[in-house]
Amino acid sequence: MFEYAPAPESRDVVDVKSSYGLFIDGEFTDGAGAAFKTINPATEETLAEVAAASEADVDRAVRAARRAFGTWSAMPGSERAKYLFRIARIIQERSRELAVLETLDNGKPIREARDVDLPLVAAHFFYYAGWADKLGHAGYGPDPKPLGVAGQVIPWNFPLLMLAWKVAPALACGNTVVLKPAETTPLTALLFAEICRQADLPPGVVNIVTGAGETGAAVVNHPDVNKVAFTGSTEVGRLIARSVAGSGKKVTLELGGKAANIVFDDAAIDQAVEGIVDGIFFNQGHVCCAGSRLLVQESVADELLEALKRRLSRLRLGDPLDKNTDIGAINSAEQLARVRELSDIGEAEGAERWSPACELPGRGFWFPPTIFTGVAQSHRIARDEVFGPVLAMLTFRTPAEAVEKANNTPYGLSAGVWTEKGSRILWMADRLRAGVVWANTFNKFDPTSPFGGYKESGYGREGGRHGLEAYLDV
Amino acid sequence: MTTPLADVASSDATLRAFLHGLPGVDRVGADQRAAMLGTRSIKTTAKAEAIDLAIRMVDLTTLEGADTPGKVRAMCAKAVHPDPSDPSVPKVAAVCVYPDLVALAVDALAGSGVKVASVATAFPSGRSSLDVKVADTALAVAAGADEIDMVIDRGAFLSGGYSKVFEEIAAIKAACARPGGEHDAHLKVILETGELATYDNVRRASWLAMLAGADFIKTSTGKVQPAATLPVTLIMLEAVRDFLAATGRKVGVKPAGGIRTTKDAIKMLVLVNETVGEGWLDPDWFRLGASTLLNDLLMQRQKMATGRYAGPDYFTLD
Repeated sequence: MFEYAPAPESRDVVDVKSSYGLFIDGEFTDGAGAAFKTINPATEETLAEVAAASEADVDRAVRAARRAFGTWSAMPGSERAKYLFRIARIIQERSRELAVLETLDNGKPIREARDVDLPLVAAHFFYYAGWADKLGHAGYGPDPKPLGVAGQVIPWNFPLLMLAWKVAPALACGNTVVLKPAETTPLTALLFAEICRQADLPPGVVNIVTGAGETGAAVVNHPDVNKVAFTGSTEVGRLIARSVAGSGKKVTLELGGKAANIVFDDAAIDQAVEGIVDGIFFNQGHVCCAGSRLLVQESVADELLEALKRRLSRLRLGDPLDKNTDIGAINSAEQLARVRELSDIGEAEGAERWSPACELPGRGFWFPPTIFTGVAQSHRIARDEVFGPVLAMLTFRTPAEAVEKANNTPYGLSAGVWTEKGSRILWMADRLRAGVVWANTFNKFDPTSPFGGYKESGYGREGGRHGLEAYLDV
Repeated sequence: MTTPLADVASSDATLRAFLHGLPGVDRVGADQRAAMLGTRSIKTTAKAEAIDLAIRMVDLTTLEGADTPGKVRAMCAKAVHPDPSDPSVPKVAAVCVYPDLVALAVDALAGSGVKVASVATAFPSGRSSLDVKVADTALAVAAGADEIDMVIDRGAFLSGGYSKVFEEIAAIKAACARPGGEHDAHLKVILETGELATYDNVRRASWLAMLAGADFIKTSTGKVQPAATLPVTLIMLEAVRDFLAATGRKVGVKPAGGIRTTKDAIKMLVLVNETVGEGWLDPDWFRLGASTLLNDLLMQRQKMATGRYAGPDYFTLD
């Protein structure tokens, strides 16, 4: 057998400090809350201690953002663009460092952090930098105004990319931000704070407050916040929607998903298998738009399942810093418990569970790539978002049945269609109630393309021209 | 595969129905998969093993109008002792020459274990009558060639004349036989993928060649660009994998043309490893058709052993 020798990326390229403060008004400061530790989920080693922002700290951050809003929003768009372009370039220059830090804190494979996350992060800043002096041509009137201070709460699955999705359009439109990264993955946001200083961004334009749920609640509920943007679970999204109701704050929510990846019998099977693998095992399945429900036309189901199993047997699970790793670590003990629980329920409800022979490391949080077959629409693994490397396979007989099953979910974030027949792609895309429909591909992102959900997957769009609306007073 | 494969070749229409019934290939997805596998990082011990395996898989090739007995003899010497300063370097798999030079190569390589492959069938264009192609093949076989690298009639393939292509391959296969009890020559079928243009065509031509009796399917003549790209090799590997599952017969793959560096060769090995697995990681089932690749492999091999790069003059030019 051709065994690949370990090919680890060097962790020396990033200087992980032993402790980090909050980033408020352009300075790193202590927080009043009880500091917490962030760990490497692949080894359970403590990476750093991070300050927790209390309500008073959040208030300081919002006041700093409010002060900065005056000058930042009055600045010509072409000047704001210069800062954003500068940030984008620094991100590119420091991308190796950022990718390693993301992998250490999140557990995702370095290949993905390096080849997907970081290029997209830089692309988002470049894209929205380009909009900053062209807002009058975005279709929202000749001179659309910013909203003010944006309170942004982001998840742990794509820590830096979600930051980019939130911060880049907010700043381009002239808003200032108070951003709370996820409790388990604060480090790249704090390195981004350093980049803001390196780019000479005026103090207070970007503020980063770390902490757990209470810190997030303080950001969302602060009376001087004009806009709330959240990406995360539907459960927390509901709480936020409730708490800001009637406050006049503009809200966008990007929540969960249970996407159907639909494979017709005339699909390019080898590429469909790749797309299914990419759809659910990319980033250990910690993807809100993951293709977690595989709907296969019954006539090719056996053939496809066999090909899928063969492909899964070649996935390389292990050290996320190894450049040849395909599947990294589950982000936290809590998430691992949830993935295990839902998988156990899947088995108990009668679905058949399969994983390739795959050795899991002794330390850290790991879950093997898993397929459930014999799944019915009524099974919880076909309904609930697992947010892990777990695929539920169902079958259908006709295009109409595929649409019916795909739409039969409280979510509606994304869907995939695999067929060599162009007219069927269009027919399906018209009927699928999902924010994104990918055809013969999956998990493709681009800053020019709007992203967002139907139903319980949230509201508002991020990315593209549409993404500006959320940060303009229109 | 439910189609009875024996009946498939009865006419252009049945061949068309079968070949066009194979699953399509999505170009974007295939390119993406090949590119992703190209990012694999093969280091240290794995790299050393890969380099030796790649050397053992090389079909050292000279296919020039200017080929002479002297040139072929020099290449044969190189095939047996690729690096005169290091006897631990393995021999290459084969040398590949034109039919008129086969006897000379057979003589030069006698007892070495290095095989002699010959191109045939009006290589590289394939534009001649079947009689001429068969005679061309018979010449090489009679001269002692172990392997025949034939070209398909791309014009016939592109115009839907699948049975013409099929019959030609079958006829050349028959011409590879040595009735006297000696080993038949192995038949490698060159698809010239650069002229087939689409990945769907590459998959169909692969199946057509295998159905007609190919022992190996080979990407290119080396005279047309693009030649052995990663995605094309990926699709041909998928085809031999699926053909084995459908028929129980295993067919080899040979990318040829444009593989110049150790990096290129290692990417090919990664592709084999992660598409069809170790069953094909052997010179009996996977070859690399190349001329300049060998010296880069030798240079990288020496670098792995000594930690230093030697200049190009330390490797022989043949």
